[in-house]
Amino acid sequence: MAGTTTALHQSAETSDPAYEALARTPEFAELRRRYRGFVFPATLAFIVWYAAYVVLSMWAHDFMSQKVIGNLNVALVFGLLQFVTTFGLAWLYARYSNTHLDPLARHLDEQYLAERDLHEHSRKES
Amino acid sequence: MDNNQLLTTGLFLVVVAITIYITFRASRSNSGTADFYAGGRSFTGFQNGLAIGGDYMSAASFLGISGAIALYGYDGFLYSIGFLVAWLVALLLVAEMLRNSGRFTMADQLAYRMRQRPVRTAAATSTVVVSIFYLLAQMVGAGALVTLLLGVESQTIKNLTIFAVGGLMIFYVTVGGMKGTTWVQIVKAVLLMVGSLLIVVLVLAHFGFNLSEMLGAASENTGKGEGFLQPGLKYGATMTSKIDFVSLGIALVLGTAGLPHILIRFYTVPTSRDARKSVLWAIGLIGAFYLMTLVLGFGAAAMLPKNSYDKVIASGGNLASPLLAEEVGGGAGTTGGAILLALIAAVAFATILAVVAGLTLTSSSSVAHDLYNSVFKKGQASERDELKVARFAAAAIGLTAIALAIPAQKLNIAFLVGLAFAVAASANLPAIVYNMFWRRFNTRGAVWSIYGGLISSVGLVIFSPIVSGKGVDASGKNLSLLPTSIDISWFPLENPGIVSIPLGFLLGYLGTISRREQDAEDRYTELEVRALTGAGAEAAIQH
Repeated sequence: MAGTTTALHQSAETSDPAYEALARTPEFAELRRRYRGFVFPATLAFIVWYAAYVVLSMWAHDFMSQKVIGNLNVALVFGLLQFVTTFGLAWLYARYSNTHLDPLARHLDEQYLAERDLHEHSRKES
Repeated sequence: MDNNQLLTTGLFLVVVAITIYITFRASRSNSGTADFYAGGRSFTGFQNGLAIGGDYMSAASFLGISGAIALYGYDGFLYSIGFLVAWLVALLLVAEMLRNSGRFTMADQLAYRMRQRPVRTAAATSTVVVSIFYLLAQMVGAGALVTLLLGVESQTIKNLTIFAVGGLMIFYVTVGGMKGTTWVQIVKAVLLMVGSLLIVVLVLAHFGFNLSEMLGAASENTGKGEGFLQPGLKYGATMTSKIDFVSLGIALVLGTAGLPHILIRFYTVPTSRDARKSVLWAIGLIGAFYLMTLVLGFGAAAMLPKNSYDKVIASGGNLASPLLAEEVGGGAGTTGGAILLALIAAVAFATILAVVAGLTLTSSSSVAHDLYNSVFKKGQASERDELKVARFAAAAIGLTAIALAIPAQKLNIAFLVGLAFAVAASANLPAIVYNMFWRRFNTRGAVWSIYGGLISSVGLVIFSPIVSGKGVDASGKNLSLLPTSIDISWFPLENPGIVSIPLGFLLGYLGTISRREQDAEDRYTELEVRALTGAGAEAAIQH
């Protein structure tokens, strides 16, 4: 099935049934679930947080102009918080991928390599 | 020439000499397409993070944002935040999956499961359009910068600078390929960070490392009072301008991860984990840099004496950082001032060179790899021929950019950069995101979203107040591009993103659901497995 698409697509890549096999493993389903389970809510969260900042900057002048400490006002603190949350989310994602995504991805990659070697081996023998 | 100009010119030449040396060194280990397009995929995450910073922090950021803060206070800062937050899109949704599923260009990843010719043609078109807008911004900036820094207002010097920058970028790319370009970007990033840090420390020391005191001095020195520290000096006077800023903000946040010259940087590392590391480093560097521009901008507003501040106003803000460097070095006429001014000027020049090299490489890669090899030669071109075409394309794009930059000099740099981001967000991002996350997405959806986003973003600008109908300012200066007698404007916003980005997504959706493409859906399995696990991804080249 995957093989016939190659000609139609004049694809640069070669199709490999090993991918289909990997896609059916419960490990891959878990990797996919974990990846999407992190990045979708995280993306939604930082976009809403940034949008809130932009909207308040444009439409809530009085609120943003209140002083917090010395000459630092809410607007500046809010802006600096955008830096903090960006760094923080990047750090969280790095930690999450190291512990929850990379081990699964590595294992699946090894499986793929093993299967590919096996294929080449059997092709040589026949 | 006086001593200061000699010093500035001398440092410029040192920067140029260093980059030329680097390029020649890098050219020694350049052999095949993977070297030329992706630097042999042999850079580490940290090196690539620096190079991404070098590719991304343009002169518009360095001089433009600190200048905007110096002139408009808080609103300049507001502008810079979108440029940073945007990196989360690249980190979470794009960098790693792109590294695993593509080879050299943005189009590779779409072509993985779609019909090659239409998607590659579309992606190459938008790559070249985005890159040219961005290139023009940098080259126009270079011309303006050099005349400002040498203190001579001369059209000849501006044009010569544009020629020199154009010539250098063609040289970097044709000789050094991705390796040379990357090292130029790394050197620039280091220079930019170290140079900015030096000035920032000197400024903060002046205020006893008390941020609040510096802010107070800034609002006092500019005579704008507390309004200088609050939103509203530049954006948001009317409802239209508020919506205009929201539109710009959306384009900044969604545009970064669709900029072709940023995307191809993810191919220069051995694995997707290194791609992730590069983005993490880039976020750290870029974030630190924008925090420094905050100090540079408010510092300039707080410390510059009246005559220097007037020069900043006259330069539209671009001179804020260089003049601040002069001031913290001891002021105009002192040796310390002259040295720091020349140093910052050289850093700004290096900044421009690194960005234009990245842009030229990106568009020539796309022309050679997508258009020449895949579309024109149906994938049958030899590696040698493809490389020849890539080098030829780099020269052609460089010459085109020079030819366009000379008449484009009256265009506003920030506008050109904003437009590049808007096109990237409207045309490229929808296709990339749909392709990675939506099995049903197909060739028609990709082509509709790319052309739709491209045409609508550029088209809306043509009918915006930028091009015509904005009228004249208090001094009678025409605020639009076309003569005041012509008014074709009907779109009220200067930033098209708020309309063109949703339109790009909508067209991608409509194109997809109006036709079934079984092949694209079948091959999605392969794309997804590969993108998430790295199985079968392009490996690094061992030299």
